[in-house]
This record gives sequence, C-alpha cells and structure tokens, in this order.
Amino acid sequence: MRSHATLFPMAALGAMLSVAALWAGDAVAQRDFGAVEIQTLEVRDNIYMLVGAGGNITVQVGDDGVLIVDTQFAPLSEKILEAIAKLSDRPLRYIVNTHHHGDHTGGNANLRLAGSTVSGGNMQGAIADAGVGAQILSHENVLFRLSSMTGEGALPSDGWPTSTYFDKEKRLYFNGEGIRIIHVPAAHTDGDSIVFFRRSDVIAAGDVFSTTSYPVIDLESGGSLQGIIDALDTIVDLIIPVYGQDGGTLVIPGHGRISNLGDVLDYRSMVLIVRDRLEHMIEQGMTLEQIKAAEPTKDYDPRYGAGPWTAERFIEAAYRSLTERE
Amino acid sequence: MLHVSRLGMGGALIAVTFVGVNVAEAQVNLAGVWTATYGEDYPDRIPGPELGDYAGLPLNDANRLRAQSWSASILSLPHYQCRVHPADYANSFADIRIWEEIDTVTQELIAIHIQHFAWNTVRTIWMDGRPHPPELAEHTSMGFSTGEWEGRTLKVTTTHLKEGWLRRNGVARSDRAVVTEHFIRHGNHLTWTVYVQDPVYLEEPFFRSRDYVLSETDRIGAYPCESVVEVVLPADYFPHYLPGQNPFLHEFAEKHGIPFEAAMGGARTMYPEYRERLKELLPAKAAE
Repeated sequence: MRSHATLFPMAALGAMLSVAALWAGDAVAQRDFGAVEIQTLEVRDNIYMLVGAGGNITVQVGDDGVLIVDTQFAPLSEKILEAIAKLSDRPLRYIVNTHHHGDHTGGNANLRLAGSTVSGGNMQGAIADAGVGAQILSHENVLFRLSSMTGEGALPSDGWPTSTYFDKEKRLYFNGEGIRIIHVPAAHTDGDSIVFFRRSDVIAAGDVFSTTSYPVIDLESGGSLQGIIDALDTIVDLIIPVYGQDGGTLVIPGHGRISNLGDVLDYRSMVLIVRDRLEHMIEQGMTLEQIKAAEPTKDYDPRYGAGPWTAERFIEAAYRSLTERE
Repeated sequence: MLHVSRLGMGGALIAVTFVGVNVAEAQVNLAGVWTATYGEDYPDRIPGPELGDYAGLPLNDANRLRAQSWSASILSLPHYQCRVHPADYANSFADIRIWEEIDTVTQELIAIHIQHFAWNTVRTIWMDGRPHPPELAEHTSMGFSTGEWEGRTLKVTTTHLKEGWLRRNGVARSDRAVVTEHFIRHGNHLTWTVYVQDPVYLEEPFFRSRDYVLSETDRIGAYPCESVVEVVLPADYFPHYLPGQNPFLHEFAEKHGIPFEAAMGGARTMYPEYRERLKELLPAKAAE
C-alpha cells in the first residue's frame, strides 16, 4: 500500500490504491484544492456536514467545544477551520477518524494542532504538552495503518490517533449527549467506525455507506463485502424513522448526501442483490471475466457506476471477497 | 370598486385591500377534499399493476432489469411494510385534501399542502419563492416542492425525492429525478399531471395524469401503519429474482396476448408508431 502513497494528498488515499487505482496519484496531486469550497449543511441543530473534497466531515458543536468526524485533505484544513469557526467559537476538542484513508485523515495534523485537550491533575505535571491539540479517536487499526506508513506519503505523527479502542465500541459524553463510536469489522477496511450521536439522532457512517458509488472494498486493508453488509445492518438497526422509511435518525455518509433509513435500505438492497447474483455465478463456475461480461450490476450502473470506483472495480473486489473468504 | 368610490378618502385603505383580494382571486383556490376518479388506468391503480407489465413506460435497460428482478415479497419485510408511496406516485389511487397556508396579516400564500389518504403523507408546496435546498440535503419520499402560477394553473417543481417507483411492480424512479406537476381546476374537477425526468432510469420523460372531483362530504381517513415480523428471515436476506429466473415475468403478456417485447416497455412502446412493430410481432406470437 505504501508504495502507492507518493504524494501528500495521496497519503491516505494511497492506502486504497491497490483496490482502486481510481485515485491515480497524478490526478490527486494535480488537483486544485484552491478551487475547492467548503459547503456547510445543517443536519440537526448542533450537527453539521461539511463537504469539500474527500470524505464528508461531521461537526458537532456545543458548550463543551467542537467534535468533528474525519478531516478531508490537509490543503483544505484552513478552509475547514474557517467553516467550523462560523459554527462555534469553542475549541476543537475531538477528532474521530472513521478509517485511515487520506481523504478522511489527511487534515488530521493541521486540525488537531488547531484544537486543544482539557488536561489537569497528574497529567498536567507529567506531560508538558498534554493539553496541546485535540484528541484523535479511532479504532486501533487506524493507528496501526497510519503509523506504519513511511516515505513521502506518510501522515505526520501529529496526525495519528491519540486514543484508540480495540473492542466493539468506545463511548464518550460530549456537548450534552452520549456518543457511540462503533467498530464495524472488516467492511470498507479493518478499522472502520461509525459514530452515533444519540440525542441528536445522527450517524456519521464513514465509507461503509455512500450515496455516490458502489461500496469501495479495500481488500488489502482488511475490507470485505460481507463486512459492508454487516455494517449497513448495524446502521439500519440504529435507525428509528418517524414513519415508514422517512425522518428520524439521519445518516451522514462517507460521500454523498444526507440520508435517512430509506436511503440506507436502498443501498443495502443493491449490495445484497449484487452479492446474490455474484454468488450464483460463482456457483455456476463462471470466471471473473465471464461474470463481468454478464453485467451483474447493469441495473445499478447508471446510479452508482459513473465515478472512479467503477462497476468493474466493484465487481472485481466483491468477487475476490467472496471467493477468497475463509 | 364602485363601493369604494362612494367611501371617499376614508375608503382608500379599504380600496387597497380590495385590490389585494382581487390579486389573490387570480390564483385558483384548490382547497378542499378531492375524490379520485378511476376512469383512467383503473387496473393499474386499484387492483394494482400486473407483474411483468411495463408496456408504455419509457424505462431504459437498467430499469427493466431492476423491474424483472423485483419480488413482491419485499412487502413482507418489516422495514418495507409502511414504506409510503412517493409524491409523484401517490396521486395514483388516493383521495386528497388540499389546504392553503396563508400569512394572516398580509394574506400572502405561503404554501399549499396536500395530504394523500394513502399513509396520510403530507406534501408541502412552497409558494413564497424560497429556493430548493442544496443538492446534498436530505431527500425524502415527498421531496421538496415549489410552486408558481401559470395563469390559472399551478405548476409545481419537485426535487430531493428519495428513490421511488413509477409503477408498483418494480419499475424504479431514481433519487435524481425532477418532477414537474400541473394542477388544473375546471370548476369542481381537478386534473393533476405528473411529468418525471429521470436521467438514471428513463429513456424519455414519463407523463401521467389523474382526475379528481371536489367533494362536499368526504373526509380523509386515518391511515395507521405498524410494521410486524411476518416471517423470520436471515439478517442479510433481500427478496429478488436472479436474472432470467422470475417465473412471473411472462404472465401479463401471455394473459393478454401481448408480445413479450411490448410488455417489457421502453420509450418506443409509448408511441403510435409502435403499432407497426406490433404488426410484425403479433403473427409471430400467434404462431407460437
């Protein structure tokens, strides 16, 4: 993976490269981040979605300070901080990473150092810089992957998670609500977290759910098709709609628009239908090339297959996930 | 206005008010309970569409495969039992109530609301000139609608619709569709047209119309819906047919003596010229 991460914006995207040569290094390196504008969408009274380049950022604001989920690319950090400053004058206290890819962690270092951590007691005396920077929370596999990157594309250590968890979830209480950081194993990667804001009734889903593409399965980083399905089931289980499939819990996807139960169910059904077709074709003894030729995603391609993560790449990753599983 | 002239200066303010009323009256009042008439497309609307009937729908190849894969068992899933009809389909078979939301000081029309009997869904059509939300805002079954008057016709533009359906037998309408509607009142009759532009699942725009009669007595009944587990199923099960394995796909065509190709729809099946194609297909079918 590291061999692909040759330029900074690619730093973490590089982690995806083997599944997706979609983020061609030159294309990202040459990207004009100066032209990117940060769009702010209100999700709930104290929850916002920031859209720029890379993954969506969730911002929770309140008296305790600011918590964000994911950080996009480093060149955008200044603009992101300006957008956050329009929402709150309180300090940035927490950054949560949903996974390690650079379009979600690239701005970690810049944003962390712009924030601060409340510290005191023994900590204050023992560690001089205990209060410097916001805390970065993630599943431990995010730390393992980010800290093992070397070379030009590696994320600086200031951007590594400062607090990790290794079991099912990590909980904290911030800005008047309980926040559950829930691990969804072996999905988009092996370090995925979804973040559930209980009082606000909002889920930041990371890249296990997208409204813009087929699910990206980073096999080399421990992702799997079944993990994506299980993660979507976890999200569905957390959602309580107002009626039917509308309203109630809102979901901020890794990429794309604000969603609700119906959107997640539509996406989940697409993944399940494609999985069933692939499994059937594999059982029939069809090769990958034969499966591709049979167009098992034909009915969803106009909706999800237009981006760099093409239908062909998705089929290939899903096929490998299904055939190489234990 | 004749009365105003007799009031002299003291009546000037009232005159302004009268002018305001006249402006408002230029807009048609659509308020009331409207009873759906079913002379048009009855079999499709009330019993419901038959499986494998896509004739006359401008669906593309992708949508056709989606429809062919669709299984009615989806309706037994708890999450789908109370799924409401989307705004652009809900007028197919339900009475409606329309009411106006007025600024009681200025008497300006802020919004028009429509409640469908089916699932009691309520739409809001904003008439105050507000813009549509950003593209990445939440999409819903009712979408986001704005209206404007074109003479005596209300034109409504709806975006931000979640994925829905053009026909409730699996023919999909994507979340990228834009729907344009016209509400045309003729006395106590109302014609409501729906024009769907869907870059994902349609070859050409889809158009349909529905008619209503103003009722003096009808009410919109309650429509509670509670999901239950009807069948215990595996967690990651979703009902559908694998390509080529839907046993019901030919039922409609066989029952009505229609060539299968015609039953599968597509833009060309909407036009009179398709009769020439049918002349080619029907003898072949008769020979089967």
